[in-house]
Amino acid sequence: MAANRLSGPVAAGRREAPPIQRRLPAARRRPRRRPASAALLYLAPAVLLYTLFTVLPALHTGYLSLFDWDGVTLPSFAGLGNYRLVFADPQLRAAAVHAGTLIIFFSALPILFGLVGAALVARHRRRGMGFVRTVLFLPQVVPLVAVGIMWRWVYAEDGVVNQVLRQAGLGEAAQAWLGSFDWALLAVGLIGTWVVSGLCLVLFLSGTQRIDREIYEASRMDGAGPVREFVSITVPLLRPEIAVALSITVIAALASFDLIYTTTGGGPGNSTVVPGILIYRLAFGGGAVGLASALAVVLTAVIFAIVLTLNRLIREVP
Amino acid sequence: MSATKTGPGQHRGHGRRPGPGEVAGRIGAPVVLALFMAAVIVPFLPLLSAAVQPAGTPLTGLELPRGLHLENFAGAWVTAGFGSLLWSSVLIALAVVPASVFFASLAGYALATMNFRGREKIFAYLLLGLAIPTEVTVIPLYYDLRAIGLTNTRWGLVLVEIAAFMPFGAFWMRSHFSTMPRALIEAAKLDGASSWRILWGVLMPNSRPAVTTLGVLYFVWCWNQFMLPLILIQDPAQRTAPAGLGFFTGQYNVDVPLLAAATVIVIAPVVLVYLFFQRHFIRGVLDGALKG
Repeated sequence: MAANRLSGPVAAGRREAPPIQRRLPAARRRPRRRPASAALLYLAPAVLLYTLFTVLPALHTGYLSLFDWDGVTLPSFAGLGNYRLVFADPQLRAAAVHAGTLIIFFSALPILFGLVGAALVARHRRRGMGFVRTVLFLPQVVPLVAVGIMWRWVYAEDGVVNQVLRQAGLGEAAQAWLGSFDWALLAVGLIGTWVVSGLCLVLFLSGTQRIDREIYEASRMDGAGPVREFVSITVPLLRPEIAVALSITVIAALASFDLIYTTTGGGPGNSTVVPGILIYRLAFGGGAVGLASALAVVLTAVIFAIVLTLNRLIREVP
Repeated sequence: MSATKTGPGQHRGHGRRPGPGEVAGRIGAPVVLALFMAAVIVPFLPLLSAAVQPAGTPLTGLELPRGLHLENFAGAWVTAGFGSLLWSSVLIALAVVPASVFFASLAGYALATMNFRGREKIFAYLLLGLAIPTEVTVIPLYYDLRAIGLTNTRWGLVLVEIAAFMPFGAFWMRSHFSTMPRALIEAAKLDGASSWRILWGVLMPNSRPAVTTLGVLYFVWCWNQFMLPLILIQDPAQRTAPAGLGFFTGQYNVDVPLLAAATVIVIAPVVLVYLFFQRHFIRGVLDGALKG
């Protein structure tokens, strides 16, 4: 409280000043100082709602994860048994492997496409970029349910992919891609690539505007080719954007419930199950609320670890 | 800029004239962008084509539709109930978006302009929410909201969505308010304005772009939210449009043109809002990501 009353708006900009120096002039100049309670009133609605409907439910999930519960009868304490199961059960492990595989499609490929695209485009002055950005951002706006429906038709027996294959004389390979044990995960993954590639390209292009054109000119004077330029200028200087793209896309890959639900539902068999689908199945049909909760906790822990690591990467930028 | 074409580096080669790589790049840039755009657009074509085919037409892929059968839209709107689903989504957005923007502005204002103990801690606590996935909140939300009679109502969903939107909104409005000149606030304070007057009389009137951007982002997220309405609302009459679409696709053998028309109906509002506010949306996503 005391600190609040004394540090006026003038002092706000230099919190590192020694307390004595700050106290005297601030106390003299600021007769009335808004007490913390006013600030807390402004924060109250946001913090209360967020606590009630986000934080407490998340903690409640942690609590539920310690029980065996079918959602109806009395829960029985299970200790860490559910967590043991999360790491031992082959179906749950499959979900983890699929989520990891999806990261390649949701993160690695789009970032690669975005970087290469940005490098090819950035060297040249562009007109009409507003329109290009509008189109490239479109997949960010369309609800993923609709994206899933569109792509089911792209991959269908008579869909675009097979049409192209037949035109190219590869009709043998034509099949219902999302129904194939071998191809479904890859097919779903490429939908993710479609969703986020445009975002990555636009993000990187806006980053390249920050890079001084002189650097490129100088490197070209020194005879650097496009590949060299890409590896030693574009990629290092875009590090903050790459870290941001990574955190957005990795979270999208790990929380890919919407897309999987509308395209394959986890099938055929379990070949495309991801944590979100299993949590949904186990908690709202499978009668294993505790296990679903444990899985949700592990998923959250992984997301937190990734976000924290990437945040550190962003901050380290020179 | 000082490195001119006649600079000393030239002796080493490549820099003189636009070399072959340079020329390829100059042609390459538009080609790369065109490829990216084509890749985005192509998957929409079968959807748009199917939506205007005669009822009962199987999937035709990239072929041009035979005629323009708009009755699919009437069928999806009335018979399949997407008119009322859309209305349901609109009601939810009308509650969620203004309330979220309002509460986020209050929080951002306090975090950016007031000094009080624990400010950084409260901010960090809110930021934590950016990394909390729906998967980890939805199970207790279902059981707890059901216990107090808030499942199967729009109100339950509205509260949960506002709560989920608070971390980003508080963060967004905080960084906006901290870019506003402090002199503005100080001058108003000297005139004896209360903190409430300063917010609504001085700061908010000068915050149109930031507030619009936040509102557009909230609208898109609210419209597209899928997992929460799917689980928290089982009653078909209360459902949102995307959740309704999710259920609709799951039904036996849905007529392709009808499903396509329904999908277009569900997409249309959010795409229109996007096209109208595209600058705001793109700026919001890029800035929001980079500042975080």
